[in-house]
Amino acid sequence: MSAHSHSDAHASHGGLKPYAIGFVLAVLLTALPFGAVMKGMVSGVQAVELIMGTAVVQILVHLHFFLHIDRKTDRWTLQALFFTIFVLGVIVSGSLWVMFHLNHNMMPMMPIDG
Amino acid sequence: MNSITMGVPHHGHHDDHEHHDQFGTVQLGFWIYLMTDCVLFCTLFATYAVMSTAFDGGPNPHTIFELPYVAVETALLLFSSLTYGIAMIGAHQGKRGMTMGWLLVTAMFGLGFLGMEIHEFSKLIAEGAGPDRSGWLSSFFTLVGTHGLHVTSGLVWMTVMLVQLAKSGLNETTIRRLTCLSLFWHFLDIVWIGVFSFVYLMGVSA
Repeated sequence: MSAHSHSDAHASHGGLKPYAIGFVLAVLLTALPFGAVMKGMVSGVQAVELIMGTAVVQILVHLHFFLHIDRKTDRWTLQALFFTIFVLGVIVSGSLWVMFHLNHNMMPMMPIDG
Repeated sequence: MNSITMGVPHHGHHDDHEHHDQFGTVQLGFWIYLMTDCVLFCTLFATYAVMSTAFDGGPNPHTIFELPYVAVETALLLFSSLTYGIAMIGAHQGKRGMTMGWLLVTAMFGLGFLGMEIHEFSKLIAEGAGPDRSGWLSSFFTLVGTHGLHVTSGLVWMTVMLVQLAKSGLNETTIRRLTCLSLFWHFLDIVWIGVFSFVYLMGVSA
């Protein structure tokens, strides 16, 4: 029990501090893109970069502070997570690649059809 | 159920590996389910991306999305993540009243989110911007609706946990279930980050 305050910061349970830090960071990372888009401060590529950038950082914040993914997380959990991220990459990039090439290749067909 | 005593709060570093037997196995199993759920949402996001310009001359993100409304929905889910965290702190301290109280607050935030989403959906359908209007709206309703169904399941699970806590209090089993539900609930908040960023913000800023 002597390690109480020390372990609270790291353990997957106990301690309001990690939740409070995570919550404040999450609010900031949400307010930033919402504010910028609602006030019309960003557009085009800049907007995409800001929205996607803050989203990725916020997902990492949630994973760390709310789902307690850290150095102490066991190997299998991390392996499942990394494998899933890999699968997500394949699904998203593969779908977009295939579908947009499909659209591209279909273009010359349209006048013949019509 | 051997010598693992999850009901007793323990704070040491070293015993983290001991309770990995049963507790850890269930939690890993649930984590793997969440990862498959990730893949499910990912296919819906990919479909949405492919359909993102298939408006069929109908409504588009600029005409139907209201960002202030979405911001409130986002805030409700974010608050519910924090309050669930406080409920888990109560659970690990063996405080049943604290756990149930914050669980109830979490459920209220979740219910508020769900109510707002249902209101948004019914308004869109009434305006003729239902899922049958265009490919884009079909993919929008499927993606956001699937998230909403998950939130609904989370609320049902939360209600069941409140009943179990009232009946049998905090023990190894209920704490394990609360922990799995916490993973589920925080996971849904992560999916929502993808929804408000990719669907709403990108849609309006494009």
